[in-house]
Amino acid sequence: MSTITHREAAGGGLWSRMSLGQKQVIWAWGFLAVPILFYVVIRFWPTFQAFYLSVTDWTITKPASFVGLENYKRLLEDPLFWQVFRNTFLYLILGTPISLLISFVVAYYLDRVRFMHSFIRALYFLPFLTTAAAMAWVWRWFYQPVPIGVINDILSSFGIPQQPFLRSTSQALPAVLAPAVWAGLGFQIIIFLAGLRAIPVTYYEAARIDGLSEGAILRKITLPLLKPTLVFLVVFSSIGFLRIFDQVYNINTNDPGGPLNSTKPLVLMIYQTAFSSYEMGYAAAQTVVLFMILLVISLVQLRLMRDR
Amino acid sequence: MRFGHMLASVALGFATLASTGAKAVEIEYWQYVFDTRVKAMNQLIAKFQEANPDIKVKQTTFPYADYQTKVAAAILAGQGPDVVQLFYGWTDNFIAGKMIRPLRAEAFPSAEIERDFFPIVSAMKRGNDYYGLPTAVRSLALFYNKKAFKDAGLDPNNPPKTLDELVAAAEKTVKRDGSGNIISAGMTLDMGGQDHQWWREVLVRQFGGVPYTENDTKVAYNDEAGQKALTFYTDLQKKHKVGQAGFMDEGQAAFRAGLAAMTIDGTFRLGSFGTIKAFEWGVTELPANAQGMRSNYASYFANAITTKAEGEKLAAAEKFLKYVSSPEAMKVWMDVVGELPARRTAALTPENIGHPIYGPFLKGLEYSHTTLFKDEAAQRQTAIDMANRVLIGGEDPKTSLAKAAEAEQAIIDRAKR
Repeated sequence: MSTITHREAAGGGLWSRMSLGQKQVIWAWGFLAVPILFYVVIRFWPTFQAFYLSVTDWTITKPASFVGLENYKRLLEDPLFWQVFRNTFLYLILGTPISLLISFVVAYYLDRVRFMHSFIRALYFLPFLTTAAAMAWVWRWFYQPVPIGVINDILSSFGIPQQPFLRSTSQALPAVLAPAVWAGLGFQIIIFLAGLRAIPVTYYEAARIDGLSEGAILRKITLPLLKPTLVFLVVFSSIGFLRIFDQVYNINTNDPGGPLNSTKPLVLMIYQTAFSSYEMGYAAAQTVVLFMILLVISLVQLRLMRDR
Repeated sequence: MRFGHMLASVALGFATLASTGAKAVEIEYWQYVFDTRVKAMNQLIAKFQEANPDIKVKQTTFPYADYQTKVAAAILAGQGPDVVQLFYGWTDNFIAGKMIRPLRAEAFPSAEIERDFFPIVSAMKRGNDYYGLPTAVRSLALFYNKKAFKDAGLDPNNPPKTLDELVAAAEKTVKRDGSGNIISAGMTLDMGGQDHQWWREVLVRQFGGVPYTENDTKVAYNDEAGQKALTFYTDLQKKHKVGQAGFMDEGQAAFRAGLAAMTIDGTFRLGSFGTIKAFEWGVTELPANAQGMRSNYASYFANAITTKAEGEKLAAAEKFLKYVSSPEAMKVWMDVVGELPARRTAALTPENIGHPIYGPFLKGLEYSHTTLFKDEAAQRQTAIDMANRVLIGGEDPKTSLAKAAEAEQAIIDRAKR
């Protein structure tokens, strides 16, 4: 206490001559400086460094030298990059609509359920709390061939030929996507429920008095008023699917992103380039490309779905 | 028991401190975490410190996944180990990063190394310099389930000696359900496991080729021998239907569960298979080809001295490295970890050769090869993809082999820059 009074006195009255407003501004910036500093050092600085690294050939052990756009050129000529690019977008264009549709339907009907409402909601939310790695391992065993794979055991007990799932270039991606969609449902349902609850009941009452059908109410009232929720979820889940990693890596650790790269997303390619092959410069270039993709998609989605 | 050990080593540490005071040189030793390896090293350090009271060795361990990154970051920052354990395949990287130094010829004469160690130690040699020495080495062998052999009417004490016998035994031991699905494999197929080493250094050679030339910098398997080797491998699933890639997720898992009669794996698997209670298993040398030619793949972790060690620390590090590559240390390592001694005399004792489990692995060391990987994970991936293109994509072995050779050559060329 005494030190503070002492310092204020020594401040030569500069502090005391300030207006209350100025003092408030200084206090506000004083507090804001902590998170700003944190973000600059922990987030922005490494981001800028990644941009710099992407034009070098740094490999951890060898010193970095400037190589211009060499890494980007290599990326464009790399057939693996285009395959991975395709996979990443498949995760996005399959994952986002499917997960949103399912979670909306569940939320829409769950909203009307009174019986054990919280319990059912908790059940849906449970997978979201589970570690992605643990979940991927459980599903990995589900998908095994007979005699240990649950799904194939069921199929073959009905006389249906067993499916390769993770050992097929066409079935592997949907098979990896399924647990990812399932795990995200809980969160999306909770957000949808909150959105539905936020719509004033009076609108519905008015519509019913006017004799609108349930379908018309859904189309004319519920969906339009749910738009902010929808925008948030579309952007949020798109970014999630574009950054998919844990599920893919853990469901096939012996051949991550396989078979034949058919499930490899961009983030996994970055990971392998950086921490398995130690080509940091090339990995940084891939990161910059991913950053650009995320940025463009988020901006486009926000613009498309913005309120007029 | 373990607490007792700890107490003993703590007491020993105090005793050393007390007797030598501030005079002791402290050096750091780094290796990755693996229970038995850490335990063996603790024993070696205790013995070494007893003999050299003026040197203190501090052991630091990391999870395997972060190991390389952490070692690189630490040494480049002027921190980290004086003596470091590294996989032989990382040597080029560590040298390029100026992380390890060549062993001084006065302390470790090349002639002695070449006389005493198995020839695979040459993978640590660049020019005239050795960059590290292994304590123990690992090789491959064929594990077989004696119960499955007996059930199929095969002699459990007479495992297959040739590739043809391997196929025949697999055909006898495989079990399928009514729809033809494999429910117990005759032979495992797992390129992500050790099969890629078997294919590269063993099968390719047995079918008359060589995997690489020019110090493993030129891919040489894209020829008729490579094609035959790949066809033999993929035929196990496609033609003989004795195994299936991905069955039970991993080859070792299938064997452990008693759902595969044979699998190829390394010494490092002995610990895990040692806990199998449901059936008795045996080990035999990798099968020979029709002409009786055998080959094997051997690998090892070596200990090297880092560029950080200078002056008296360098002298202490050299002493320590000498001790951990001594016959005495190799004996401890074999007893505790189960890996084979890297020195001929320590390995090829009559007792070891006659050992039902170590014997086949040791015999393999005499004719084994070591691939000088540039990027082991990426090169393994080319082998996995090569087999998958045939097994899943139905591509013919010739085309798939050519693609693999091209992809692997690109990886090697890039690493050379």
